[in-house]
Amino acid sequence: MDQLLDLFNFSSVFDERDQLLDGFWATIRLAALSAVLSLIIGTILVSFRVSPVPVLRTVGTVYVNVLRNTPLTLVLLMCSLGLNDILALTFSDDTSTSYYWWAVLGLSGYTGAFVCEALRSGINTVPLGQAEAARSIGLSFFQSLRLIILPQAFRSVIAPLGSILIAMIKNTTVASAASYAEAASVMKTLLDQPSFQGGALPLFIGVAIAFMVLTLPTGFFFGWLAKRMAVAR
Amino acid sequence: MSREANVLFDIPGPRARARNRVLTVVSGLILLAVIVALAWRLDTRGQWEGSLWSPFLEGDVWTNLILPGLWNTLKAAAVASVLALLFGVVFGLARLSDHWWIRIPAGAVVEFFRAIPLLILIFLAFFIPNKISPVIAQSPFGTFQRVMVDTFGWIFGVEINAGVITVPAFAAVVFGLVLYNGSVLAEVFRAGINSIPKGQSEAAYSIGLRKNGVMRLVLLPQAITVMMPAIVSQLVVLLKDTALGFIIAYAELLQAGFKQIPPNYGNNVLQAGIVVAVIYITMNMLISMLANRLEARSRRSRRTAAKTIGTGTGAPPAAGMSVAGQTPST
Repeated sequence: MDQLLDLFNFSSVFDERDQLLDGFWATIRLAALSAVLSLIIGTILVSFRVSPVPVLRTVGTVYVNVLRNTPLTLVLLMCSLGLNDILALTFSDDTSTSYYWWAVLGLSGYTGAFVCEALRSGINTVPLGQAEAARSIGLSFFQSLRLIILPQAFRSVIAPLGSILIAMIKNTTVASAASYAEAASVMKTLLDQPSFQGGALPLFIGVAIAFMVLTLPTGFFFGWLAKRMAVAR
Repeated sequence: MSREANVLFDIPGPRARARNRVLTVVSGLILLAVIVALAWRLDTRGQWEGSLWSPFLEGDVWTNLILPGLWNTLKAAAVASVLALLFGVVFGLARLSDHWWIRIPAGAVVEFFRAIPLLILIFLAFFIPNKISPVIAQSPFGTFQRVMVDTFGWIFGVEINAGVITVPAFAAVVFGLVLYNGSVLAEVFRAGINSIPKGQSEAAYSIGLRKNGVMRLVLLPQAITVMMPAIVSQLVVLLKDTALGFIIAYAELLQAGFKQIPPNYGNNVLQAGIVVAVIYITMNMLISMLANRLEARSRRSRRTAAKTIGTGTGAPPAAGMSVAGQTPST
């Protein structure tokens, strides 16, 4: 029976804490920057998709359909191997910095497509009268979008946006495929060592808890925010 | 498209039309400039070389690499879909149970698997049994482990050799996909059944049906119509997520098309990526079209008393959010 206690050898995970904390710090940096950037990209895309200019509408539709239907693994690999290595479109001379920026750009480009779709369904919930009233007091297209439509659309889709951001936090693990050393790739490196045996189960438990620490509070926060900011109609 | 666009602007007058024409020309020119810049960049890096593109016109490349990869992707997606639906039904109904000792553990399982990344679950199945099985083999449970793997392991090709369990990449991918997507589907089922107006179950109870009959004859048939679009769009997510098998070297479409072709055909990473992406996009758009059609049909039909749960992003709220947002179950 005592042998089974070897399965819960937490000290061997604790020995690797520097590596693991570095990995999670990398995850948080990637997630935080991608969250901001994907909201910006999503907002720009949705203004393309509802604009009166057919070229922009087409660009928005094609972008969203391509990115939403491609696996994130492929998107990130295309960014790191295709654009960074083959086309040599690098952000910096330091390879790992350049890979980091491509991971941020790939992840937020992918998430931005989902943000755009959520916002578009939010725009649909804004009553027609709001836009008509905005036009009748003389606001232009961009003014009515910026002052009347988007604020209400944002408020009605806070809950779906929260789900998208949580999915994005979990998706940062895929960046391990694109040569970015975040939590999942540290976990894989440790598990690839033959000597790392007793720590395997504690490592999983630790990583799982760490991700729950990131995702669950985000979920509670957005649930609270969605209730608080709900548009009363 | 036009319905939404009408929300934002009137039928344009002469000045607005002129401005829109200018905007069209300007945005078209910017788009053209981006495309030209990209094409020029491809040219300077020698990516238009015919030998990089021609492999995808050869029959051998398709029959030896891409089609077997596609088959593996579809196989994993199909097996995982069936098992995830099963998992979803069981846990979705368990969360609606009247007994707290079923409801709470089921809720904990569903919330746990929804809160951690799918890749971590795949790593759990792929690496951990291999690491912990030698220790268990030394313990009193060694025989139990061997008998269990010998009896049930063959279903997914799990093998045990001198106390060390090897999990094939296929089984690991399916395991992760089932637990994650099954948990999401459990939430979809729960939301679907909760969306049926309370009067339906009250009426069913009042004509003397029992719990089983209320669920089976009244709630589920209506809920399935409501949930169908959300279920199908979750299956698109599942199909896309099979690409995570790439990371543990499961020989699926991305592995075959993106990892094995480029080294053999002059490092044509970009070209291979584009071909693989086109295949994925085609498959997923076909399934999404089906989901949209189902949604349109169920919105039209009067067979259900509830509103259809859309195909939109994230039908059930993410882990942690359901507590704040939803009313408690009956």
